[in-house]
Amino acid sequence: MAEPIITVQNFSKSYGDFVAVEDISFSVQRGEIFGLLGPNGAGKTSTLETLEGLRESNGGSLSVADIDPSREPGKLRNVIGVQLQSSGLPETITPDEAMKLFCAYHNVGPRFDLLERLGLQDKRNTQFVELSTGQQRRLALALAVAHDPPVLFLDEPTAGLDVPSRVELHGMMRELQTAGTTTILATHDMAEAEELSDRVAILLNGKIVSIGTPLEITSKGAGLTKVSVRVVNSTLDDPNLRFPAVNQQTFKEEYHIYFTTDVGPTVSAIIKHIETHEDKLIDLRVQRPSLEDRFLELTNVGGDR
Amino acid sequence: MNAFFQHFSFEFRTGVRNRNLLLLNYLFPLGFYLMMGFIMVEINPMFQKDLIPAMVVFAVLAATLLGIPDPLVTARENGIFRSYKINGIPAFSILIIPALTTILHLIIVTAIIVISAPLLFDAPIPVNWAYFTMTFFALAFACSGIAILIGVISASSRVTVLYSQLIFLPSMLLGGLMLPFSLLPTAAAQAAQLFPATHAMNAFRGLVMGSGADFNVWLSITILTVSGFLSYGLALYLFSWDRHNAARRAHPAVALLVLLPYFAGIVLTLL
Repeated sequence: MAEPIITVQNFSKSYGDFVAVEDISFSVQRGEIFGLLGPNGAGKTSTLETLEGLRESNGGSLSVADIDPSREPGKLRNVIGVQLQSSGLPETITPDEAMKLFCAYHNVGPRFDLLERLGLQDKRNTQFVELSTGQQRRLALALAVAHDPPVLFLDEPTAGLDVPSRVELHGMMRELQTAGTTTILATHDMAEAEELSDRVAILLNGKIVSIGTPLEITSKGAGLTKVSVRVVNSTLDDPNLRFPAVNQQTFKEEYHIYFTTDVGPTVSAIIKHIETHEDKLIDLRVQRPSLEDRFLELTNVGGDR
Repeated sequence: MNAFFQHFSFEFRTGVRNRNLLLLNYLFPLGFYLMMGFIMVEINPMFQKDLIPAMVVFAVLAATLLGIPDPLVTARENGIFRSYKINGIPAFSILIIPALTTILHLIIVTAIIVISAPLLFDAPIPVNWAYFTMTFFALAFACSGIAILIGVISASSRVTVLYSQLIFLPSMLLGGLMLPFSLLPTAAAQAAQLFPATHAMNAFRGLVMGSGADFNVWLSITILTVSGFLSYGLALYLFSWDRHNAARRAHPAVALLVLLPYFAGIVLTLL
């Protein structure tokens, strides 16, 4: 296991009487993509912004690349890249100017190649206010990675992006990971978190209610696995037909759909039934509960059970 | 140095690119200058000798008090300062660079006024260019400092307009731009000394145009300079990075300390 590059221990954050984050701890390994998930007001932004040095913590300790964000903000700037949820650039600045300005403050040469890579080559001299939302997000990402930071914070990075831009951005994130960049990804897009993250933490009411790999988190849930089967003949048409571990079953668009608590015995029994009755299997699909299903389950019940 | 240059270069271009700033830096002052030159000089020939200083003071008031604060408030409210902070852009640069670029725009406007006024309106030119430069910079320093202080303490654009107009309008009425200071009633004359425009006009008349000062010119220059240092210092002290960070080092009312040199000036002229 790689060494942790980010550690959060017993971190708390309050605003007056309102406790936004309460005594949370987690660590992120070097080169990991770590998803921070949670509904609005769960404490994601407070956690991220304290790690980014934008806020002071009310308790606990935080470390980013061996730097305390609140005590050494100057050193922190060069080791983190941040794509804020609101793009945070002046209306009249052009991508070229923004790249020159931010790179100058980071003491590195401007990375115009990133603008081309992210599809902004024709917009380099267009004012920020005239860029589409997707172009603004891509510019924010280009600026965040221009100084090659070892730690990257991305807040809703693909919000407002079209499919090709989204694919490009995902590819870029994986490339950065291969190069050793650690990414903390805050997103509402569960499919994105499940696809990209090595591990995720789900925050609810300021506490971590679940943490682990997407597979570990989804496997802990009570969600039913969906088994969809299509056959040539009418072997499965009998409404009284029952397979092991199946809770519900239905028929839709030529598929027999079974919701099971234990996928192994259910699939084995279905295949055996088809073979026994000399029918022919056309298609069989197994869909495990997604991270989104698990997220909804957790946010409804308030944590792991 | 490269970072400062890039930032300065961008902010300077913004002063022309942004329609509001273009209006306040160039179109409004120059339009008003032409109007005053063509109309006011005809109505009141005495105004001819004050045309250059009055229009330079007006340009400084418009570009600084009306032009600087709102972009600062908007940038803070839109999270631009947060983005700057994350990327290592210091508060000092955020506050000082827009003031410096505004002063550079003002130098251009002032040059246009000074060159064209004698040609278009037969206005007398300054008799002492060194004092002209000194008075211009003292006024620009004081007004830009007050402007960034307003930007720092204002909670919204609407409040910014209110604070700016609290200085801009009385400066226009009492500052000696339209009406000579000597014609003001005593109470109004004392109130007028609370505004940088009054001291700038006094210094311009006494030191630059050779038309006689209403009170001590060096006191005026000192007040403008001290006010500049005080307001820049207070702006840096009271600066906050974003609207979420409500915690400031002190209450915004501390900004009123900037009035101290002006009150001191009133007391000293009474002695």
